[in-house]
Amino acid sequence: MIEVKGLRRSFGPVVAVDGISFDVEKGQVLGLLGPNGAGKTTAMRMLACFIRPDSGTASVCGYDILQNPIEVRRSLGYLAENSPAYPEMTVGGFLDFVCDVREIKGKARKSTLDRIVPTCSIESVYHQTIETLSKGYKRRVGLAQALIHDPDVLILDEPTDGLDPNQKFEVRKLIGKMAKDKCIIISTHILEEVEAICSRTIIIAKGKILVDSTPAKLKEEHQCNLDAVFRRITKANDSKGQKKG
Amino acid sequence: MNSFKAVFKRELKSYFATPLAYVFLVIFLFFSGYLTFKQGFYEMRQADMRTFFMNLPLLFVFMVPSVAMRLWAEERKVGSIELLFTLPITIRQAVLGKFFAAWLFLAIALALTFPMVITVCYLGDPDGGLIVTGYIGSILMAGGFLAIGCFFSAVSKNQVISFVLSVVACAVLVYAGMPTTMNYLSTFMPAGLVSAIGGMSFQGHFESIQKGVLEFKDLAYFVLIIVGWIAACTIVLDERKAS
Repeated sequence: MIEVKGLRRSFGPVVAVDGISFDVEKGQVLGLLGPNGAGKTTAMRMLACFIRPDSGTASVCGYDILQNPIEVRRSLGYLAENSPAYPEMTVGGFLDFVCDVREIKGKARKSTLDRIVPTCSIESVYHQTIETLSKGYKRRVGLAQALIHDPDVLILDEPTDGLDPNQKFEVRKLIGKMAKDKCIIISTHILEEVEAICSRTIIIAKGKILVDSTPAKLKEEHQCNLDAVFRRITKANDSKGQKKG
Repeated sequence: MNSFKAVFKRELKSYFATPLAYVFLVIFLFFSGYLTFKQGFYEMRQADMRTFFMNLPLLFVFMVPSVAMRLWAEERKVGSIELLFTLPITIRQAVLGKFFAAWLFLAIALALTFPMVITVCYLGDPDGGLIVTGYIGSILMAGGFLAIGCFFSAVSKNQVISFVLSVVACAVLVYAGMPTTMNYLSTFMPAGLVSAIGGMSFQGHFESIQKGVLEFKDLAYFVLIIVGWIAACTIVLDERKAS
């Protein structure tokens, strides 16, 4: 459902994403891992058609991100890094706005809100303005926004960042429940999360894919936990870069 | 179309969700009235709104950029631009949605000056056509200033910078047509160039509409200003939205 072909993007002299390619099928939960500044967010932003790649392309649900960005955005749910929203709006007003844009009207809107509000546990803050919410609640409102149109493809940038352990558990459960009939990409720093929900993992550093495997296989190959695997792979890449330099 | 409507509705609501709308309306209404009466509304002994409309360009130079500065600068600062442009909305729809919402807000502000009209009608028998064309000219001018403000709001993330830049740009376009500026320019510039500069200014076009003459060239001027700056805003935004 997602095909990425040689996606590359640089900001000035810094190459953020350096020609990455991968495919993700329906039913897969792909965990994007990597140190800070590895290019995870840039890659996700390109898939969500927020920024254009310098070269390469990708398709989401058969729509090309360069030719058909509006259709791509229509068919995916995207949660950005800091779950941006309009601070002066109430949660209800904000979700109404997203429904307006996504053309969810009338009865469908009511049933959608009845489904999504309890799923993301935001009933208690529904009438509050977004600027008064804690980080965890903001994140959940962002998640509700991403799930509101029940998209086939979900791209979630650190979906559990700022949530308390209970909420983290809930969100992971939710992702697990949706996994079988959707195609999901998440980025995270929490390796236990990868073990818990991801069926596949890609480790990227300095814009390049270092490993494309499953969490179980990685552990088996390296005979240690994922933390150690992550350190070993990214540090090996670091020292390789330094030698080259 | 739906996305345009959604952006338009959200933007218009957001003015009234914050104190911005009320502060703006109070200050605008106060100064539009104050300047009118200060500059000899009664002394003219004529029941018309010329003094009211005469002061509007100067008032708009400061007031319109204050409405426009937040349009994109805030969106980029808060990061909500990433939300907006990952929803199925094109840049053009978003720019137009925001622009028309802000324009309607300014039209509401102008409509709220209706007590002036009532006053003039009470005091005498004014020419209705002049008042209508005066308001049409004012709305068009507000649109022109707003398009400029919209562009500078997309240029910088910082609202103060975008405010200052748009005030300067609007002021240049107003003052270029003032007789004092034209006289000064004609001391060292050829007459053709001076009249060309005067023709580019808001002042002449606004005044001729205000006199009750709705000419194609004046309307075309405002439409061109609006379309041009809005198009520039769309291009700049596409380039800089993620920076």
